[in-house]
Amino acid sequence: MACWIMGKTMDAQIFDMDNIDVAWCPGCGNFPILMILKKALAELEVEPANLVLVSGIGQAAKIPHYFKTNVFNGLHGRALPPATAIKAANPALAVIAQSGDGDMYGEGGNHFLHTIRRNPDITNIVHNNMVYGLTKGQASPTSQMGFRTPVQVNGVFLEPFNPLAVAIALNAGFVARAFAGDSEQTKEILKKAIKHKGYALVDIFQPCPSFNKLNTYQWFKEHTYYLEDSHDQYDRNEAFKRATETEKLSLGIFYINPDKKTFEENIGTYQENQQPLYERKPDIGKLRNLIETFKIAD
Amino acid sequence: MDTDLSFQKNNDLSIVLCGQAGQGIQTVEYLLTRIFKLAGYNVFATKEYMSRIRGGTNSTEIRVSSEFVGASVNRIDILIPLDRGAVGHVEKRISPQTIILAEKETIADDFDQTRHKFIDVPFAKTASDIGNKIYSNVVAVGTIAGLFGVEWQTISKYVKQYFSAKPEDVVQSNITAAKEGFTLATGLINSSEIKIDIRNDTKVKGQILLSGAEAVALGAIAGGCNFISSYPMSPSTGVLVFLAGKAKDFGIITEQAEDEIAAINMAVGAWYAGARAMVTTSGGGFALMIEGLSLAGMLESPIVIHLAQRPGPATGLPTRTEQADLELALYAGHGEFPRIILAPGKIEDGFYLTQRAFNLADKYQVPVFILTDQYFVDSCYNTDFLDLSNINVEKHVVKTEVDYERYKLTANGISPRGIPGFGRGLVVVDSDEHDQAGHITEDLGLRTKMVDKRLRKFELLKKEVIQPELIGSGSYKNLVVCWGSTYNIVKEAVKNLGRDDIAALHFKQVYPLPGETMEYLQRAEKTIIVENNATAQFARLIRLNTGIDIENRILKYNGLSFSVEELTEELNGMLDHG
Ligand SMILES: Cc1ncc(C[n+]2csc(CCOP(=O)(O)OP(=O)(O)O)c2C)c(N)n1
Ligand code: SF4
Repeated sequence: MACWIMGKTMDAQIFDMDNIDVAWCPGCGNFPILMILKKALAELEVEPANLVLVSGIGQAAKIPHYFKTNVFNGLHGRALPPATAIKAANPALAVIAQSGDGDMYGEGGNHFLHTIRRNPDITNIVHNNMVYGLTKGQASPTSQMGFRTPVQVNGVFLEPFNPLAVAIALNAGFVARAFAGDSEQTKEILKKAIKHKGYALVDIFQPCPSFNKLNTYQWFKEHTYYLEDSHDQYDRNEAFKRATETEKLSLGIFYINPDKKTFEENIGTYQENQQPLYERKPDIGKLRNLIETFKIAD
Repeated sequence: MDTDLSFQKNNDLSIVLCGQAGQGIQTVEYLLTRIFKLAGYNVFATKEYMSRIRGGTNSTEIRVSSEFVGASVNRIDILIPLDRGAVGHVEKRISPQTIILAEKETIADDFDQTRHKFIDVPFAKTASDIGNKIYSNVVAVGTIAGLFGVEWQTISKYVKQYFSAKPEDVVQSNITAAKEGFTLATGLINSSEIKIDIRNDTKVKGQILLSGAEAVALGAIAGGCNFISSYPMSPSTGVLVFLAGKAKDFGIITEQAEDEIAAINMAVGAWYAGARAMVTTSGGGFALMIEGLSLAGMLESPIVIHLAQRPGPATGLPTRTEQADLELALYAGHGEFPRIILAPGKIEDGFYLTQRAFNLADKYQVPVFILTDQYFVDSCYNTDFLDLSNINVEKHVVKTEVDYERYKLTANGISPRGIPGFGRGLVVVDSDEHDQAGHITEDLGLRTKMVDKRLRKFELLKKEVIQPELIGSGSYKNLVVCWGSTYNIVKEAVKNLGRDDIAALHFKQVYPLPGETMEYLQRAEKTIIVENNATAQFARLIRLNTGIDIENRILKYNGLSFSVEELTEELNGMLDHG
C-alpha cells in the first residue's frame, strides 16, 4: 500500500488508546504484536486517520480496540471480505486485516483462499497461536498433531493447515512468517508486508500461555530459525519447499511476486477517475440514455 | 378440420412457445416481444423453465394486446410447439379454441390433429432449405410477426440489429429465415386459414419494454449503487449480470464473491468506506447472508438486499417462483434491529423502490430488502418511460471532526454516519456491543441504551411507509389482499369479475406494515388473501400487527405464478352470489 505521509518521524504512541481495559492474559503473545505493529506503522508514517484495521472475532481480533485508528471489527472469520471492499471503495486508505488462526484459516478459510486470488492491496496479519483462545482452548486449524484439548480428547489427528504453503500455491504476492518473540525482525517483516503492493500475508507465531502449553515461547525459540540471506524470495518452488519443512520451522519472507495487478487495478473503477466511491454520484443523463434503449425505437 | 377462426373478438392474444432448453425459445421471445413493441402493440412475456441447460421442456408466454397487459394467463390462443412433448407439457392450457402452429414432422403424433385446430407450418423444412435447421426459430419469428400484421420493414430491421455482432453471412441467413417465415404467414393469411386483427396502441411507441430484473438493476443505478458483490443463484443473477454489463459506464464495482457470506460482508465493508452497496440473492444464498445481515443491524450499516424468491426449502425448485421467503426476510438475523421490506408489484416498482431503498438505507442506517421472485424478475412488459425528475441520490454521510463518535446516543436514534478518510475523525464500528465511540463494551447499562437507540429508528421508519394501493371500488364489501409480484394478476382478475363490491389492496411495502392496513380491512365484510405460498405468511404478518385474521385464502405453491383465469375463478367461488 502506498498511503503513508512523509514528514517528521512519527511516534508509535500516536496509536495508543487512553484508559483501556485490555482483555488479554498476562504474558500473551498478542501484547508484543500490538506494540510491534504500532512501531512498524509509525516508522512507515501511516496516519491513523488514513488507516483501517479490520478484524474478525477472537482474542487476536480485539487488537483494533487497542489502537487509535479507524476500525472495522466485523464477524468471526469475515475480516477479509470487508477489508477487500474497504480498499476497493477508497484505495487511498491503508487497510490491514487481522485476526487469529481460527478466524482466518478456519471460519474464514474460504475467504482466505479467494482473497489471495483476488489480490487486494491489503495486509493480512494472522496471530497464529495454534489454538482457539477466546472459546477456551479447542484445536485450531494449525494445531499440531497430538495436541490434546477438552474437545480433541485423543489429540488432534487432522493434518495441520499450512497457511504459507497454501498462499504460495495460490501465487500470493507476499508470504512471510514471523515470531511475536522477536520484535525487531517481526517489525521489519511487517513493514515490508505493509509496503507491498497487493495482498501480503504475515503469519505470526504467537504463544498463548493460557491454552497452549505445547507451543510456548521456549518451544517456538527452539523450533524456529530464519531463512538464510541466500534464500531466493522470488523462487516459488523453493518457497513452497521451505514452507513445507516440518522439523524446524523457518521465519522470514518466503515468497514475493511483485508483478501482480491488484484487485483495485483490475476492476478498472479508478482507471479514469481517481475519486473514491463516496465522492461519486450516478450520471443521470447517462442513465436516461440507457433507459432510452429500452424503447427499442429505431 | 375447422380452421375458420375469428380472433378479432378479443384483441388480446396469448402465444405460447414451447420446446427444449437450447432450442432458442429465449431468442424467439426476445425478438418477438421487441418486434411487437416496435409495431405498437402492448406486450407481456413471462417464462417457465426447468433447471437445466439442454433438453427438458420450457415454455414462454407472450401476450399481445391492443390494451395494456401485465399478467400471465392460462389460456393459449396460439401454441407453437417446437418439439415432441411440447404439447403434452402445456396440455391443460389447450382449449378447442387454441390454434397449434407446428410442423407435422417435428411433433408427429403428439396430439390428435382432428381434435385441435392445427396448421402445418414448415418451420424446420424452410430453415433447412436456407441451409440449416438452426434457423427454424427465426423462421417462426417471421411467421408469427407476419400473422400479427407486423410490417416486413419492422421485422427485418430488428432481426438485423439483433444479429449485428455476428458475421455478415449469419446476419443474412437470419434475415432470409425471417423473410421466408414472413412469406409463410402471408400465405396463411391469403388463404384465410388464419386471421388476426389487433389494433395497435399509439402510447406504446414512447414506452419502454422492461423486465423485473432490469427494473431492479436500473433502480440500483438510479439509487447511486456503485458496489455489488454477489454469488450467482437463480433467479437473482439477472441483476448482477445487468450491472456487470454497465459496470464500466456507471463506475460500479461488480464482484462475484466466493460465497454469499463474503458477498454481504463485502457490501457492509463497502458502505463503511462510503460506497452504496447491494447484494442480489435467492433464499438459500440469503440464508448464508443472515449473520451478515445481523452485522449490518449491529453496525447500523446501510445495506440493500435484493432477495429474488424461488420455492424452497433447500434447493427447492431453482427456476420456479414462490412468495415464501417473506418471513425469512422479516425474522432473519439474530438479535433485534429494524429493517424495511419492499416488494415491487408493477415492473416499474422494481425501479422506483430499489432507487428509494438506497436512500432509506443510507438515511436510517438499516437493511432494506427488495423482495421479488422468479415470476417478477423474468417477466417483462411495456410501461411508461421511467420518471427521473425526482431521482435524488441522498447521501447521509457526515464529514468527521477529531472528537467524532460513530454511535452517539441521539434522540431519534440516528447517529451521524462518518466514513474513514473523510474528515479528521476516526470511525470505529464493532460487531460486539459497543460504546458511543464504537469500541467493545460490556457495560450492561450502555447495552440497554444502545438497543433502545437502534430500535428508536423503527418509529422513524413507520413514518416513511408506502401506503398500500386500493384497486377498484372504494365502497367494497369484499377485499382481496395481496403483495409483491401478484399485483397485475390480482388486478386483472378483480376486473374480470366485473363487480362493484370488490376491490384489491396491494402492498408494495410489507414491513413495517402501513398504518392504514387496519382501517382498510375493517371496512370489508369479507377479506381474501392471495399469496404464492402455502401458509399465507403475509396474512400472518397482518394478524400480528392488526389482530385481524384474513380467513379466506387463495394460496398457490406448485412453483408457478397464478394465472388470471384461475385466480378469477377462485375469487368468484369465494364471493356471495345473491
Ligand atoms: C459464527 C461464530 N462461530 C463461533 C464463534 C465463537 N468464537 C469466537 S472466537 C473463536 C475462535 C477464536 O480462535 P482464533 O481465531 O484462533 O483467535 P484467538 O482467540 O485464539 O486469538 C470462536 C470459535 C463466533 N464468535 N462466531
Ligand atoms: S487466551 Fe491465549 S491468546 Fe488469548 S489472550 Fe489469553 S494468552 Fe492470549
